[in-house]
Amino acid sequence: MICQICHKRPATVHITKIINGVKTEMHICEQCAKEKEELGIKSDMSNFITPFSFSNILEGFMDFPGLGAVPREVHEEIRCPGCGISYDDFKKTGLFGCSQCYDTFRDRLEPIIKRIHGNTQHTGKVPKRSGGIIRLKRDIEGLKYELKKAVENEEYEKAAQIRDRIKELNNEK
Amino acid sequence: MGNWITTKGPESDIVLSSRIRLARNIKGYHFPHIMSVDEAKKVIKECSNSIMEKSPVLAKDFHVIEMDKLSPIERSAMVEEHLISTGLAENYPKSAVLLNTDSTVSIMINEEDHIRLQVIYPGLQLKEAYEYASKLDDVIEESVDYAFDQRMGYLTACPTNIGTGIRASVMLHLPALTVTGNINGVLNAVAQVGLTIRGIYGEGSNVQGNIYQISNQVTLGLSEEEVISNLMAVTKQIVDNEKAAIEKLKESNIMQLEDTVYRSLGILKNARLLSSNECLNLISNIRLGVGMGIITDIDSTLLNEIMISIQPATLVKREGKELDSASRDIKRAEYVRERLK
Ligand SMILES: [Zn+2]
Ligand SMILES: [Zn+2]
Repeated sequence: MICQICHKRPATVHITKIINGVKTEMHICEQCAKEKEELGIKSDMSNFITPFSFSNILEGFMDFPGLGAVPREVHEEIRCPGCGISYDDFKKTGLFGCSQCYDTFRDRLEPIIKRIHGNTQHTGKVPKRSGGIIRLKRDIEGLKYELKKAVENEEYEKAAQIRDRIKELNNEK
Repeated sequence: MGNWITTKGPESDIVLSSRIRLARNIKGYHFPHIMSVDEAKKVIKECSNSIMEKSPVLAKDFHVIEMDKLSPIERSAMVEEHLISTGLAENYPKSAVLLNTDSTVSIMINEEDHIRLQVIYPGLQLKEAYEYASKLDDVIEESVDYAFDQRMGYLTACPTNIGTGIRASVMLHLPALTVTGNINGVLNAVAQVGLTIRGIYGEGSNVQGNIYQISNQVTLGLSEEEVISNLMAVTKQIVDNEKAAIEKLKESNIMQLEDTVYRSLGILKNARLLSSNECLNLISNIRLGVGMGIITDIDSTLLNEIMISIQPATLVKREGKELDSASRDIKRAEYVRERLK
Protein backbone atom coordinates (compact mmCIF):
# COMPACT_ATOMS: atom_id res chain seq x y z
CA MET A 1 0.00 0.00 0.00
CA ILE A 2 1.29 3.47 -0.96
CA CYS A 3 1.17 6.50 1.35
CA GLN A 4 -1.95 8.59 0.80
CA ILE A 5 -0.16 11.87 1.44
CA CYS A 6 3.08 11.72 -0.54
CA HIS A 7 2.02 8.89 -2.85
CA LYS A 8 5.67 7.77 -2.88
CA ARG A 9 6.70 5.75 0.14
CA PRO A 10 4.97 2.60 1.39
CA ALA A 11 2.27 3.19 4.00
CA THR A 12 3.33 1.78 7.34
CA VAL A 13 1.16 3.88 9.68
CA HIS A 14 -2.55 3.18 9.71
CA ILE A 15 -4.91 5.65 11.31
CA THR A 16 -8.55 4.99 11.93
CA LYS A 17 -10.86 7.82 12.85
CA ILE A 18 -14.49 7.53 13.72
CA ILE A 19 -16.36 10.78 13.40
CA ASN A 20 -20.09 10.77 14.02
CA GLY A 21 -20.11 7.06 13.42
CA VAL A 22 -18.39 7.40 10.05
CA LYS A 23 -15.18 5.48 9.92
CA THR A 24 -12.35 6.90 7.83
CA GLU A 25 -9.07 5.17 7.38
CA MET A 26 -5.75 6.73 6.51
CA HIS A 27 -2.71 4.89 5.39
CA ILE A 28 0.46 6.94 5.37
CA CYS A 29 4.20 6.53 5.59
CA GLU A 30 6.33 7.01 8.68
CA GLN A 31 7.70 10.32 7.44
CA CYS A 32 4.35 11.88 6.61
CA ALA A 33 3.02 10.62 9.93
CA LYS A 34 5.82 12.48 11.69
CA GLU A 35 5.01 15.65 9.82
CA LYS A 36 1.35 15.26 10.65
CA GLU A 37 2.30 14.76 14.25
CA GLU A 38 4.35 17.94 14.30
CA LEU A 39 1.43 19.91 12.92
CA GLY A 40 -0.21 18.67 16.03
CA ILE A 41 -3.65 18.95 17.40
CA LYS A 42 -4.50 22.29 15.77
CA SER A 43 -4.52 20.96 12.25
CA ASP A 44 -6.44 17.93 13.34
CA MET A 45 -9.03 20.07 15.03
CA SER A 46 -9.65 22.44 12.17
CA ASN A 47 -10.91 19.53 10.09
CA PHE A 48 -13.55 18.75 12.63
CA ILE A 49 -14.95 22.10 13.69
CA THR A 50 -18.51 20.92 13.48
CA PRO A 51 -20.39 18.57 15.40
CA PHE A 52 -19.03 16.63 18.32
CA SER A 53 -15.56 17.06 17.05
CA PHE A 54 -13.50 15.81 19.88
CA SER A 55 -14.26 12.54 21.51
CA ASN A 56 -13.69 10.35 18.53
CA ILE A 57 -10.41 11.56 17.15
CA LEU A 58 -8.67 9.83 20.03
CA GLU A 59 -8.16 6.67 18.12
CA GLY A 60 -6.26 8.51 15.45
CA PHE A 61 -3.84 9.94 17.99
CA MET A 62 -2.96 6.65 19.43
CA ASP A 63 -1.44 5.04 16.41
CA PHE A 64 1.20 7.65 15.82
CA PRO A 65 4.66 6.25 16.39
CA GLY A 66 6.10 7.27 19.69
CA LEU A 67 2.72 8.28 21.05
CA GLY A 68 1.98 5.46 23.33
CA ALA A 69 1.90 2.91 20.57
CA VAL A 70 3.54 -0.15 22.02
CA PRO A 71 3.97 -3.35 20.01
CA ARG A 72 0.75 -5.29 20.24
CA GLU A 73 2.22 -8.49 21.74
CA VAL A 74 3.52 -6.58 24.73
CA HIS A 75 0.53 -4.55 25.78
CA GLU A 76 -2.21 -7.05 25.17
CA GLU A 77 -1.01 -8.77 28.31
CA ILE A 78 -1.77 -5.90 30.66
CA ARG A 79 -5.32 -5.80 31.89
CA CYS A 80 -6.78 -3.41 34.44
CA PRO A 81 -7.23 -5.22 37.77
CA GLY A 82 -10.36 -3.13 38.42
CA CYS A 83 -12.36 -3.97 35.31
CA GLY A 84 -10.32 -6.37 33.19
CA ILE A 85 -10.09 -4.26 30.05
CA SER A 86 -6.89 -4.09 28.02
CA TYR A 87 -5.35 -1.08 26.37
CA ASP A 88 -6.61 -2.41 23.03
CA ASP A 89 -10.16 -2.46 24.37
CA PHE A 90 -9.74 1.18 25.32
CA LYS A 91 -8.41 2.01 21.87
CA LYS A 92 -11.45 0.47 20.25
CA THR A 93 -14.04 2.40 22.24
CA GLY A 94 -12.15 5.43 23.52
CA LEU A 95 -13.58 4.61 26.94
CA PHE A 96 -11.98 3.17 30.03
CA GLY A 97 -13.69 0.51 32.11
CA CYS A 98 -13.16 1.99 35.56
CA SER A 99 -11.25 4.74 37.31
CA GLN A 100 -8.42 2.33 38.13
CA CYS A 101 -7.61 2.12 34.42
CA TYR A 102 -5.93 5.51 34.74
CA ASP A 103 -3.40 4.00 37.15
CA THR A 104 -3.02 0.84 35.12
CA PHE A 105 -2.29 2.62 31.85
CA ARG A 106 -0.86 5.82 33.31
CA ASP A 107 2.47 5.80 31.44
CA ARG A 108 0.95 5.15 28.07
CA LEU A 109 -1.77 7.68 28.72
CA GLU A 110 0.32 10.71 29.56
CA PRO A 111 1.26 11.64 25.95
CA ILE A 112 -2.31 11.16 24.79
CA ILE A 113 -3.65 13.39 27.53
CA LYS A 114 -1.05 15.98 26.66
CA ARG A 115 -2.28 15.86 23.07
CA ILE A 116 -5.92 16.22 23.98
CA HIS A 117 -5.64 18.91 26.61
CA GLY A 118 -2.22 20.45 26.08
CA ASN A 119 -1.66 19.85 29.78
CA THR A 120 -1.18 16.94 32.13
CA GLN A 121 -1.80 18.57 35.51
CA HIS A 122 -5.22 19.28 36.96
CA THR A 123 -5.49 22.78 38.41
CA GLY A 124 -9.21 23.05 39.04
CA LYS A 125 -11.60 22.05 41.77
CA VAL A 126 -10.64 19.44 44.36
CA PRO A 127 -13.31 17.36 46.15
CA LYS A 128 -14.26 19.11 49.38
CA ARG A 129 -14.47 16.16 51.74
CA SER A 130 -11.83 13.80 50.36
CA GLY A 131 -9.57 16.42 48.83
CA GLY A 132 -7.99 17.97 51.93
CA ILE A 133 -4.63 16.24 51.56
CA ILE A 134 -4.56 16.89 47.85
CA ARG A 135 -5.11 20.58 48.43
CA LEU A 136 -2.30 20.55 50.98
CA LYS A 137 0.03 18.80 48.55
CA ARG A 138 -0.86 21.34 45.88
CA ASP A 139 -0.02 24.20 48.27
CA ILE A 140 3.31 22.60 49.11
CA GLU A 141 4.14 22.15 45.44
CA GLY A 142 3.35 25.81 44.82
CA LEU A 143 5.63 26.83 47.68
CA LYS A 144 8.43 24.60 46.40
CA TYR A 145 8.24 26.42 43.11
CA GLU A 146 8.40 29.79 44.90
CA LEU A 147 11.35 28.51 46.93
CA LYS A 148 13.25 27.60 43.80
CA LYS A 149 12.56 31.06 42.37
CA ALA A 150 13.69 32.75 45.59
CA VAL A 151 16.94 30.78 45.63
CA GLU A 152 17.58 31.58 41.98
CA ASN A 153 17.07 35.27 42.73
CA GLU A 154 19.34 34.96 45.78
CA GLU A 155 16.53 36.11 48.07
CA TYR A 156 17.73 33.98 50.94
CA GLU A 157 15.64 35.51 53.67
CA LYS A 158 12.46 34.91 51.67
CA ALA A 159 13.66 31.40 50.86
CA ALA A 160 14.08 30.62 54.53
CA GLN A 161 10.54 31.80 55.26
CA ILE A 162 9.13 29.65 52.49
CA ARG A 163 11.11 26.68 53.75
CA ASP A 164 9.57 27.09 57.21
CA ARG A 165 6.10 27.27 55.73
CA ILE A 166 6.71 24.06 53.75
CA LYS A 167 7.85 22.37 56.94
CA GLU A 168 4.66 23.45 58.71
CA LEU A 169 2.45 22.17 55.91
CA ASN A 170 4.34 18.87 55.78
CA ASN A 171 3.63 18.39 59.47
CA GLU A 172 -0.08 18.87 58.80
CA LYS A 173 -0.12 15.94 56.39
CA MET B 1 -34.87 30.90 39.03
CA GLY B 2 -37.07 29.85 36.13
CA ASN B 3 -35.82 27.70 33.28
CA TRP B 4 -34.54 29.02 29.96
CA ILE B 5 -37.67 28.13 28.04
CA THR B 6 -40.11 30.19 30.11
CA THR B 7 -37.81 32.81 31.63
CA LYS B 8 -35.61 35.54 30.21
CA GLY B 9 -32.05 36.24 31.36
CA PRO B 10 -29.20 38.64 30.57
CA GLU B 11 -28.71 39.05 26.80
CA SER B 12 -31.47 36.54 26.16
CA ASP B 13 -32.34 38.12 22.81
CA ILE B 14 -29.23 36.38 21.52
CA VAL B 15 -28.08 34.03 24.30
CA LEU B 16 -30.93 31.61 24.84
CA SER B 17 -29.28 29.64 27.62
CA SER B 18 -26.09 28.91 29.55
CA ARG B 19 -25.27 25.35 30.50
CA ILE B 20 -22.75 23.80 32.88
CA ARG B 21 -22.19 20.07 32.93
CA LEU B 22 -19.88 18.38 35.42
CA ALA B 23 -18.76 14.77 34.87
CA ARG B 24 -18.11 12.70 38.01
CA ASN B 25 -17.52 9.03 38.76
CA ILE B 26 -17.63 6.92 41.86
CA LYS B 27 -14.67 4.87 43.06
CA GLY B 28 -15.08 1.12 42.96
CA TYR B 29 -17.71 0.78 40.25
CA HIS B 30 -17.27 -0.05 36.57
CA PHE B 31 -18.00 2.81 34.21
CA PRO B 32 -21.57 2.64 32.83
CA HIS B 33 -20.77 1.20 29.40
CA ILE B 34 -19.50 -2.07 30.88
CA MET B 35 -21.47 -2.26 34.14
CA SER B 36 -24.21 -4.78 34.85
CA VAL B 37 -27.79 -3.66 35.45
CA ASP B 38 -27.46 -4.66 39.12
CA GLU B 39 -24.39 -2.54 39.55
CA ALA B 40 -26.11 0.32 37.73
CA LYS B 41 -29.05 0.18 40.13
CA LYS B 42 -26.61 0.43 43.04
CA VAL B 43 -25.03 3.53 41.53
CA ILE B 44 -28.47 5.06 40.93
CA LYS B 45 -29.36 4.39 44.55
CA GLU B 46 -26.12 5.80 45.94
CA CYS B 47 -26.36 8.96 43.86
CA SER B 48 -30.02 9.64 44.43
CA ASN B 49 -29.65 8.98 48.16
CA SER B 50 -26.96 11.65 48.34
CA ILE B 51 -29.69 14.16 47.53
CA MET B 52 -33.01 12.51 48.42
CA GLU B 53 -31.94 11.00 51.77
CA LYS B 54 -28.98 13.04 52.94
CA SER B 55 -30.21 16.50 52.04
CA PRO B 56 -33.77 17.13 53.22
CA VAL B 57 -33.76 20.65 51.80
CA LEU B 58 -32.84 19.56 48.28
CA ALA B 59 -34.99 16.43 48.49
CA LYS B 60 -38.08 18.66 48.48
CA ASP B 61 -36.97 20.20 45.20
CA PHE B 62 -35.88 17.02 43.37
CA HIS B 63 -37.50 13.88 42.04
CA VAL B 64 -35.94 10.74 40.56
CA ILE B 65 -36.95 9.32 37.19
CA GLU B 66 -35.61 5.95 36.15
CA MET B 67 -35.29 5.71 32.39
CA ASP B 68 -36.82 2.23 32.14
CA LYS B 69 -40.03 3.59 33.70
CA LEU B 70 -40.55 5.85 30.69
CA SER B 71 -41.77 5.05 27.18
CA PRO B 72 -39.34 5.65 24.31
CA ILE B 73 -41.39 8.71 23.30
CA GLU B 74 -41.23 10.16 26.81
CA ARG B 75 -37.48 9.65 26.86
CA SER B 76 -37.05 11.34 23.47
CA ALA B 77 -39.28 14.22 24.54
CA MET B 78 -37.01 14.81 27.54
CA VAL B 79 -34.03 14.93 25.17
CA GLU B 80 -35.86 17.50 23.05
CA GLU B 81 -36.49 19.60 26.16
CA HIS B 82 -32.73 19.47 26.90
CA LEU B 83 -33.47 17.81 30.25
CA ILE B 84 -31.40 14.74 29.47
CA SER B 85 -28.89 13.72 26.83
CA THR B 86 -29.45 11.18 24.08
CA GLY B 87 -26.81 9.04 25.77
CA LEU B 88 -28.81 8.88 28.99
CA ALA B 89 -32.04 8.03 27.17
CA GLU B 90 -30.30 5.25 25.26
CA ASN B 91 -28.67 3.80 28.35
CA TYR B 92 -31.87 2.46 29.95
CA PRO B 93 -32.41 0.33 32.03
CA LYS B 94 -29.11 1.39 33.59
CA SER B 95 -29.84 5.12 33.70
CA ALA B 96 -31.86 7.61 35.73
CA VAL B 97 -32.14 11.35 36.25
CA LEU B 98 -32.76 13.59 39.23
CA LEU B 99 -34.73 16.64 38.13
CA ASN B 100 -35.55 19.74 40.12
CA THR B 101 -38.94 21.42 40.11
CA ASP B 102 -38.18 24.30 37.77
CA SER B 103 -36.24 22.06 35.34
CA THR B 104 -32.98 23.98 35.65
CA VAL B 105 -31.04 21.03 37.10
CA SER B 106 -30.69 17.49 35.76
CA ILE B 107 -28.41 15.10 37.56
CA MET B 108 -27.98 12.34 35.03
CA ILE B 109 -26.93 8.99 36.45
CA ASN B 110 -25.13 6.40 34.31
CA GLU B 111 -24.76 8.26 31.09
CA GLU B 112 -21.18 7.91 29.83
CA ASP B 113 -20.08 8.67 33.40
CA HIS B 114 -21.77 7.76 36.67
CA ILE B 115 -22.81 11.35 37.21
CA ARG B 116 -23.40 14.14 34.72
CA LEU B 117 -24.61 17.11 36.69
CA GLN B 118 -26.23 19.68 34.41
CA VAL B 119 -27.46 23.17 35.25
CA ILE B 120 -29.11 25.29 32.54
CA TYR B 121 -29.95 28.93 33.24
CA PRO B 122 -31.66 31.43 30.94
CA GLY B 123 -29.51 34.00 29.11
CA LEU B 124 -25.82 34.52 29.72
CA GLN B 125 -25.32 33.23 33.27
CA LEU B 126 -22.44 30.79 33.11
CA LYS B 127 -20.94 31.84 36.43
CA GLU B 128 -24.24 31.58 38.23
CA ALA B 129 -24.93 28.19 36.69
CA TYR B 130 -21.48 26.96 37.71
CA GLU B 131 -21.85 28.20 41.26
CA TYR B 132 -25.04 26.22 41.72
CA ALA B 133 -23.63 23.16 39.96
CA SER B 134 -20.58 23.25 42.22
CA LYS B 135 -22.74 23.50 45.34
CA LEU B 136 -24.77 20.47 44.28
CA ASP B 137 -21.52 18.68 43.47
CA ASP B 138 -20.35 19.32 47.06
CA VAL B 139 -23.60 17.96 48.47
CA ILE B 140 -23.28 14.75 46.45
CA GLU B 141 -19.62 14.38 47.39
CA GLU B 142 -20.48 14.43 51.09
CA SER B 143 -21.73 10.86 50.82
CA VAL B 144 -20.22 9.62 47.55
CA ASP B 145 -16.53 8.77 47.01
CA TYR B 146 -15.51 10.43 43.79
CA ALA B 147 -12.80 8.96 41.57
CA PHE B 148 -10.20 11.72 41.73
CA ASP B 149 -6.51 11.79 40.93
CA GLN B 150 -4.19 14.49 42.15
CA ARG B 151 -2.63 14.83 38.73
CA MET B 152 -5.50 14.03 36.39
CA GLY B 153 -8.34 15.49 38.44
CA TYR B 154 -11.83 13.99 38.24
CA LEU B 155 -11.52 10.71 36.35
CA THR B 156 -13.99 10.08 33.55
CA ALA B 157 -14.80 7.21 31.21
CA CYS B 158 -13.36 9.13 28.28
CA PRO B 159 -10.02 10.93 28.75
CA THR B 160 -11.34 13.95 26.84
CA ASN B 161 -13.32 14.89 29.98
CA ILE B 162 -10.77 14.40 32.76
CA GLY B 163 -9.55 17.16 35.04
CA THR B 164 -12.40 19.50 35.85
CA GLY B 165 -14.92 17.34 34.00
CA ILE B 166 -16.57 20.59 33.03
CA ARG B 167 -18.37 21.27 29.81
CA ALA B 168 -19.62 24.84 29.72
CA SER B 169 -21.78 25.93 26.82
CA VAL B 170 -24.02 28.68 25.55
CA MET B 171 -26.87 28.40 23.08
CA LEU B 172 -26.88 31.35 20.70
CA HIS B 173 -29.36 32.64 18.15
CA LEU B 174 -27.28 34.17 15.34
CA PRO B 175 -29.53 34.99 12.37
CA ALA B 176 -27.75 38.16 11.24
CA LEU B 177 -24.26 36.64 11.29
CA THR B 178 -25.64 33.64 9.43
CA VAL B 179 -27.48 35.58 6.72
CA THR B 180 -24.50 37.88 6.09
CA GLY B 181 -22.14 34.90 5.87
CA ASN B 182 -20.01 36.29 8.68
CA ILE B 183 -20.72 33.18 10.70
CA ASN B 184 -17.84 31.41 8.92
CA GLY B 185 -15.37 33.83 10.43
CA VAL B 186 -16.90 33.19 13.82
CA LEU B 187 -16.66 29.43 13.34
CA ASN B 188 -12.96 29.62 12.56
CA ALA B 189 -12.15 32.07 15.33
CA VAL B 190 -13.98 29.97 17.90
CA ALA B 191 -12.13 26.80 16.88
CA GLN B 192 -8.80 28.59 17.19
CA VAL B 193 -9.32 29.43 20.83
CA GLY B 194 -10.07 25.83 21.72
CA LEU B 195 -13.87 26.00 21.71
CA THR B 196 -16.30 23.98 19.59
CA ILE B 197 -19.33 25.33 17.82
CA ARG B 198 -22.15 23.32 16.32
CA GLY B 199 -25.74 23.73 15.26
CA ILE B 200 -28.37 22.65 17.76
CA TYR B 201 -30.78 21.52 15.07
CA GLY B 202 -29.90 19.92 11.77
CA GLU B 203 -26.78 18.00 10.96
CA GLY B 204 -23.30 19.00 9.84
CA SER B 205 -23.23 22.32 8.01
CA ASN B 206 -27.02 22.38 7.60
CA VAL B 207 -27.81 24.40 10.73
CA GLN B 208 -31.55 24.93 11.20
CA GLY B 209 -33.13 27.86 12.97
CA ASN B 210 -29.80 29.73 13.25
CA ILE B 211 -29.20 28.29 16.70
CA TYR B 212 -25.67 27.38 17.67
CA GLN B 213 -23.98 25.91 20.70
CA ILE B 214 -20.48 26.90 21.73
CA SER B 215 -18.62 24.90 24.33
CA ASN B 216 -15.14 24.35 25.74
CA GLN B 217 -13.06 21.37 24.67
CA VAL B 218 -10.19 21.33 27.09
CA THR B 219 -11.02 20.13 30.61
CA LEU B 220 -7.56 19.55 32.07
CA GLY B 221 -5.03 22.21 33.04
CA LEU B 222 -7.51 25.08 33.29
CA SER B 223 -9.55 25.89 36.36
CA GLU B 224 -13.34 25.98 36.11
CA GLU B 225 -13.20 29.76 36.43
CA GLU B 226 -10.75 30.00 33.53
CA VAL B 227 -12.89 27.77 31.33
CA ILE B 228 -15.93 29.91 32.10
CA SER B 229 -14.27 33.27 31.64
CA ASN B 230 -12.82 32.17 28.29
CA LEU B 231 -16.23 31.13 27.08
CA MET B 232 -17.80 34.30 28.51
CA ALA B 233 -15.30 36.50 26.68
CA VAL B 234 -15.86 34.75 23.35
CA THR B 235 -19.63 34.77 23.81
CA LYS B 236 -19.69 38.49 24.56
CA GLN B 237 -17.68 39.14 21.44
CA ILE B 238 -20.03 37.08 19.29
CA VAL B 239 -23.04 38.83 20.84
CA ASP B 240 -21.48 42.20 19.92
CA ASN B 241 -20.81 40.95 16.40
CA GLU B 242 -24.38 39.75 16.04
CA LYS B 243 -25.69 43.10 17.27
CA ALA B 244 -23.47 44.94 14.79
CA ALA B 245 -24.66 42.64 11.99
CA ILE B 246 -28.29 43.37 12.94
CA GLU B 247 -27.60 47.11 12.80
CA LYS B 248 -26.06 46.71 9.36
CA LEU B 249 -29.06 44.78 8.10
CA LYS B 250 -31.32 47.49 9.47
CA GLU B 251 -29.38 50.26 7.76
CA SER B 252 -29.11 48.52 4.44
CA ASN B 253 -32.75 47.58 4.05
CA ILE B 254 -35.15 47.83 6.95
CA MET B 255 -38.21 47.34 4.71
CA GLN B 256 -36.83 44.06 3.41
CA LEU B 257 -36.22 42.91 6.96
CA GLU B 258 -39.69 43.88 8.19
CA ASP B 259 -41.18 42.14 5.19
CA THR B 260 -39.32 38.91 5.98
CA VAL B 261 -40.39 39.02 9.62
CA TYR B 262 -44.07 39.65 8.83
CA ARG B 263 -44.19 37.11 6.03
CA SER B 264 -42.75 34.53 8.40
CA LEU B 265 -45.43 35.35 10.93
CA GLY B 266 -48.06 35.12 8.21
CA ILE B 267 -46.94 31.63 7.26
CA LEU B 268 -46.77 30.38 10.85
CA LYS B 269 -50.23 31.76 11.60
CA ASN B 270 -51.81 30.24 8.50
CA ALA B 271 -49.87 27.25 7.22
CA ARG B 272 -51.59 23.86 7.17
CA LEU B 273 -48.37 21.89 6.75
CA LEU B 274 -45.11 22.71 8.48
CA SER B 275 -41.90 20.75 8.40
CA SER B 276 -39.63 21.02 11.38
CA ASN B 277 -36.92 22.71 9.33
CA GLU B 278 -39.25 25.34 7.84
CA CYS B 279 -40.81 25.99 11.21
CA LEU B 280 -37.45 26.50 12.96
CA ASN B 281 -36.30 28.94 10.30
CA LEU B 282 -39.54 30.95 10.47
CA ILE B 283 -39.35 31.06 14.27
CA SER B 284 -35.81 32.38 13.88
CA ASN B 285 -37.05 35.23 11.69
CA ILE B 286 -39.72 36.12 14.22
CA ARG B 287 -37.26 35.94 17.08
CA LEU B 288 -35.09 38.43 15.19
CA GLY B 289 -38.16 40.64 14.70
CA VAL B 290 -38.98 40.47 18.42
CA GLY B 291 -35.39 41.32 19.35
CA MET B 292 -35.42 44.32 17.02
CA GLY B 293 -38.77 45.55 18.26
CA ILE B 294 -40.50 45.01 14.91
CA ILE B 295 -42.92 42.64 16.61
CA THR B 296 -44.07 43.70 20.05
CA ASP B 297 -47.00 41.41 20.90
CA ILE B 298 -45.04 38.13 20.93
CA ASP B 299 -42.68 37.22 23.74
CA SER B 300 -39.44 35.37 23.02
CA THR B 301 -40.33 32.81 25.70
CA LEU B 302 -43.36 31.80 23.61
CA LEU B 303 -40.98 31.19 20.72
CA ASN B 304 -38.84 28.98 22.98
CA GLU B 305 -41.88 26.95 23.93
CA ILE B 306 -42.93 26.54 20.32
CA MET B 307 -39.39 25.64 19.27
CA ILE B 308 -39.30 22.77 21.77
CA SER B 309 -42.89 21.66 21.25
CA ILE B 310 -42.66 21.22 17.49
CA GLN B 311 -39.95 18.57 17.84
CA PRO B 312 -41.13 15.12 16.69
CA ALA B 313 -41.25 13.25 20.02
CA THR B 314 -42.84 16.15 21.90
CA LEU B 315 -45.52 16.41 19.18
CA VAL B 316 -46.22 12.69 19.37
CA LYS B 317 -46.31 12.79 23.17
CA ARG B 318 -48.90 15.56 23.11
CA GLU B 319 -51.06 13.73 20.57
CA GLY B 320 -50.80 10.53 22.55
CA LYS B 321 -50.33 8.36 19.46
CA GLU B 322 -47.75 7.52 16.81
CA LEU B 323 -47.58 10.00 13.94
CA ASP B 324 -45.85 9.54 10.63
CA SER B 325 -43.86 12.40 9.18
CA ALA B 326 -46.74 13.69 7.02
CA SER B 327 -49.22 13.78 9.90
CA ARG B 328 -46.60 15.39 12.14
CA ASP B 329 -46.42 18.26 9.63
CA ILE B 330 -50.19 18.70 9.94
CA LYS B 331 -50.16 18.55 13.75
CA ARG B 332 -47.17 20.88 13.90
CA ALA B 333 -48.97 23.50 11.80
CA GLU B 334 -52.10 23.11 13.94
CA TYR B 335 -50.16 23.54 17.14
CA VAL B 336 -48.27 26.63 15.93
CA ARG B 337 -51.47 28.30 14.68
CA GLU B 338 -53.06 27.68 18.07
CA ARG B 339 -50.11 29.15 19.99
CA LEU B 340 -49.86 32.26 17.80
CA LYS B 341 -53.58 33.09 17.82
ZN1 LIG C 1 4.11 9.75 2.81
ZN1 LIG D 1 -10.23 -0.43 34.82
